[in-house]
Amino acid sequence: MFDDFFIRALVAGVGIAIVAGPLGCLVIWRRLSYFGDTLSHSALLGVTLAYSFSLNIAFSVFVISAVVALLLVSLQKRTKLAGDSLLGLLAHSTLAIGLVLIGFLSYIRFDLMGLLFGDILAVTTADIGLVWIGGSIILIILYFIWKSLFSATVNYDLSAAEGMRPEVSNFIFTLLLAGVIALSIKMIGALLITGLLLIPAAIARNISNSPRQMIVIAILSGILSVVVGLFASLEINTSSGPSIIVVALILFIISLVPLEIKGQLQKR
Amino acid sequence: MNENNNLLVRLKDCGIQKSSKWIVKGISLEIHKGKIVTLIGPNGSGKTTTAKMALNILKSDEGSIENYSTKMAYVPQKISIDWTMPLRVVDFMKLTSHINKDEIIEALKLTGVQHLIYNEIHNLSGGEFQRVLIARAIAKKPDLLVLDEPVQGVDFNGEIALYNLIKEICTKLNCGILLISHDLHFVMSATDHVICLNGHICCSGSPKSIVKNSSYIELFGEHNAATLSLYQHEHDHSHQTDGSVKN
Repeated sequence: MFDDFFIRALVAGVGIAIVAGPLGCLVIWRRLSYFGDTLSHSALLGVTLAYSFSLNIAFSVFVISAVVALLLVSLQKRTKLAGDSLLGLLAHSTLAIGLVLIGFLSYIRFDLMGLLFGDILAVTTADIGLVWIGGSIILIILYFIWKSLFSATVNYDLSAAEGMRPEVSNFIFTLLLAGVIALSIKMIGALLITGLLLIPAAIARNISNSPRQMIVIAILSGILSVVVGLFASLEINTSSGPSIIVVALILFIISLVPLEIKGQLQKR
Repeated sequence: MNENNNLLVRLKDCGIQKSSKWIVKGISLEIHKGKIVTLIGPNGSGKTTTAKMALNILKSDEGSIENYSTKMAYVPQKISIDWTMPLRVVDFMKLTSHINKDEIIEALKLTGVQHLIYNEIHNLSGGEFQRVLIARAIAKKPDLLVLDEPVQGVDFNGEIALYNLIKEICTKLNCGILLISHDLHFVMSATDHVICLNGHICCSGSPKSIVKNSSYIELFGEHNAATLSLYQHEHDHSHQTDGSVKN
């Protein structure tokens, strides 16, 4: 069943969309889109390290993303530079280090476009297992820390005062984010992963009025973007990542319509 | 029950230091079940910081904190909920604990906002949101309730009703209450222990003793102090919304 590369890509992509839905909502609620960007840019460094030391790509990307996240926390304690400056510093320097390292690895034939923008041809049967097993683990952990994480997202002090231990769940959340990036780098590519986190959640916000509804719609629109995007990618021979994100963008524009109508009705 | 069984929180010589400046220092206070402790003081005097120490949100840089509370509830001074979060009142009520719908409705009724249960938080006015915040804290049935200026933005009649509710909750749940309030009127009439704060504890004691204290008079002005000691005598009754005396 998984013989066809396209079926493999579809199955893996749908798995990624399901995990990206709830995490993407949290990224939007917590205003962490630039943080997600930084993690995914550093993912490229993870990939090159994986090739250099012949490690598993997902594992190496996960480790590097987690290290970058910890680095950010320690930098924030040491300097008074604003958070977004530090994120930019980390994002671009890790991306640069990754690209420099690729230059050194001239003996390996690199598909740089594939790394940056995703390549559905690269998805193997093992990757499908990784996405679905890794994704399930992420969702299970998320389920258990949800109350703490969600209350801290609404108000940190309130969550801390009422015994929710938000510092623990915040830390775990960072690792989960690193995890979803590691799972999706092959298909979406380092530059565009944040798009798959953000845009479905943004679509969902436009047309939902409770947190649960927003998560469900984010998952569904993520799946729709992946499926349509992959078909388009196959049909017109474009990279998979950009195709998926463009479809997501189109869905986002469509999701503005009900918002617009509601606004018009209220004006009357 | 002896006194120790009623103790919820004890702060001993606590303080918070931020970039080598003490925000508050030498804070000692105790909160007991069924008692209301009030923090008063000018802006920036460290009231919220002190409350956060009692709640274990901030770690004290000196002294010691004992906390025997098993369930704390908090009404923070200011909460802003981002538009990106589609949060209804009913979801917000369940934020940190599992509360069933009857309990939610009951608590919202107490603060007079049960009709807003399915409204999005963003569409509430400041006063309405404040009522929801208080209802959420009450619905948790805490043994320690910390209220940081709980009635800000609430209309005048509502303010009195909510203060009465706070007093009532204290007796009904037998919970300890730490209240930050600028409403000296209520503070002096309804609380058991008043702490007057200005970076450190200026004076503390029963409302009656505190209005005569010289540092209190210095902090709030002679005029205010005099008015309030007058209120002391007046406040053995309360008014209905139309002004008639209720008893």
